[in-house]
Amino acid sequence: MSVLVLVEPEDLDDLGAGLSVVSQEVLTFARSLPGDEVDAVLVGAVGQPTEAVLAHCREQGVRTLHVSPDARLERYAARAWARVVDAAAEAGGAAYLIGGGTPHGNEVLAHVAAARSVPMPCNVVAVVQSEPLEVERQVVGGAVLERVALGDGAGLAVASVAGHAVAPQAAPSPGPAHVAEVDVELTDADLAAQVVRIEAREGGDTSALTGANVVVGAGRGVGGPDQFDDVEALAARLGGAVGVSRVVTSLGWRPHHEQVGQTGSRIAPDLYLACGISGAIQHWAGCSSSKTIIAINTDGEAPMVTKARYAVIGDMHEVIPAVLEELS
Amino acid sequence: MADVLVCVKRAPDTSGEVVLTADGGSIDGRYAGYSMSSHEECAVEIAVSVAGDTGGSVTVLTLGDDDSVEQLRAALAVGADEAVRIDATADDYGPADVAAAIAEVVQARAGEGRPFDLVLVGNDAADTGDHQVGIRLAHLLDRPVVAGAQEVAVSGDRLEVRSSVSGPTEVFDVPMPAVLTVWEGGVEPRYPNISGRMKAKKARIEVLEPSGAPRGSGRLGLRVLPPPESNVEVLGEGKTAAPRLVDVLRELGVVR
Repeated sequence: MSVLVLVEPEDLDDLGAGLSVVSQEVLTFARSLPGDEVDAVLVGAVGQPTEAVLAHCREQGVRTLHVSPDARLERYAARAWARVVDAAAEAGGAAYLIGGGTPHGNEVLAHVAAARSVPMPCNVVAVVQSEPLEVERQVVGGAVLERVALGDGAGLAVASVAGHAVAPQAAPSPGPAHVAEVDVELTDADLAAQVVRIEAREGGDTSALTGANVVVGAGRGVGGPDQFDDVEALAARLGGAVGVSRVVTSLGWRPHHEQVGQTGSRIAPDLYLACGISGAIQHWAGCSSSKTIIAINTDGEAPMVTKARYAVIGDMHEVIPAVLEELS
Repeated sequence: MADVLVCVKRAPDTSGEVVLTADGGSIDGRYAGYSMSSHEECAVEIAVSVAGDTGGSVTVLTLGDDDSVEQLRAALAVGADEAVRIDATADDYGPADVAAAIAEVVQARAGEGRPFDLVLVGNDAADTGDHQVGIRLAHLLDRPVVAGAQEVAVSGDRLEVRSSVSGPTEVFDVPMPAVLTVWEGGVEPRYPNISGRMKAKKARIEVLEPSGAPRGSGRLGLRVLPPPESNVEVLGEGKTAAPRLVDVLRELGVVR
C-alpha cells in the first residue's frame, strides 16, 4: 500500500529550482498516512527531472518518481495532467493520492476524483484518527476545522493538503527516487482546456508575494489608493513584497494579485508586518502561517494585534516613516 | 448569443467571527451575516457581461432553503434574467451532490431546447471550500472546464479565459459549451441600481424539488479553533516605538 503525491516544481519554467515548498510539505505529510511507501508524480515537465527535483524526492524518502514523456503535457491542462496522475496511481498501486491545496493541485486532484467518482476532502491539515482513518480539513477560511473520513477501503482515497499545514522535514532515511515514465493515451477532450500561452503581468504577479521572505501588509487603515508610498518604501527597504487585505483590492486601491487571504494568496514569510489590518477570518486564512507577525494598528484590540507576536499601537503613517528614518 | 447559467451559494460572511451550533454540526446562522461568496459575485458579473456582449441571457441558480432567495435576488438586481432555486438544505449536500443537482438542471434545460452555452460556478464556496463542484459538473456534462477563471471574452463559439491565480497569466481558448470556475480579481462586480432592485424584488423565482436524496458531505463534526492565547508584546505607541521595532527587525535578521 502506497501514498502517491502530486508534486509541483518551484518554478514551472525552471526545474533547476526543485520542488515547491508546498510539495515538500505534502511529501512530509504523506508519511503520516498509513502507507509503506511514498511515490511522487510530476507532470508538465517533459524529459528527465533535474538533479534538484530528484534531490528533494530522495530527501523526502520517495520510492518512485513518475514522470510523463508526452510533449503535449508541457503546457498546463488539468484534465490531461489528471490522466497521468491517475495512471501513476494505478501503476504504483496507490491507496492514497494527495497533493498541495494550490490552484493547480486542487484542480488536478478534483479531475482524478471526478473521473473515479470518489470524494476529495480539500485543505486537509492533520490525521486525527488512524482506524478508520479520519482527517481534519480547513473550512470557512481555516477558522473552522471539519472532521471527515479519508478513504473507505474501496478505491483510491484522494485529498489535498493545505499549504503550510506541516513544515517540510527530511525522511528518516532517504529514498531511491527511481524515475518511471507514465504513458497515457490522451484524448482531444483531455486537452480541450489547455493553456495556449502565458502572459507576463504588468506590475508583477502572485509569485512575488508567495515567494517573499518579508511581506509588508496593508489594510483599510492605509486610507486611500495614494497612501501606499511608505508601505512600498518599507517593503523595498526590507527586501520584501507588499500584500494587502481584501478590502483594499475590492475598493480598487491595489491589484488583486497582491491580496493575501481566503480569496487571494496564502503566504508563509519569515516576517509579516501587518499595517492597518484588522485581521478578519478572510485575511487570517492567508497569513496565519507567517513565522513572525508584527502588527501596527490604532486598535489594540484588533484580532491582528492580539494574534501577533509584536505590536505597535498607533497610526501606520506615523510609525512607518519613523521606522524608515531609524533605518536610514 | 451565449445563454449563461451562474450558480451561487448563500454562505456565512468571513469578514466576521464564526459560531457553531451546540452539536457542532453546522455554523449557527443566528450569529452570521450571509452573502454569496466573493468568487460568485465575480461569476455573476462575468455572466451578465457575457450575456450582454452576445445578446444572450443569464439564469441564476442556487441550492438552498427559502433564505437563499436573497442571493438569487442579488443576482437578479444586477442583471440576471431568471432565477431558479432547488429547494434543499445545503448542509445535507456534498460537492458531488451539488454537481449532480446542477447537472440535472442543465440537462433538463437542454431537453427543453434551451441549452446553456456556459455554466459558471465560484471556484470554491466561502464556507465549505471544496474546490471541486465545477470540475465534477464538467465531468457529468462531458464539457471542458477551466478553474480559476478571472477574465472571459467570447469570440464566436469559443471563450478566451485568463487566470492569474498561479503566478503569470495563463490564457485558455476553449470551445462552448463549457464550464468555468470563477476566481475573484479579474472583474469588478457592478452595484445594483434602483430599477434593478425593483425588478429583482418582483421577479418570479422558479422552485425545483430535488430529484433524489443526497449522499452528503461526509462531515463528522466541526470545531472552531480556539483563539490562541495572545502573547503579543506591545513595543510601544506611535512613532516613539520605532527604535524598538527596528531592534526587533534586527533580531529577526530582516535588516542589518
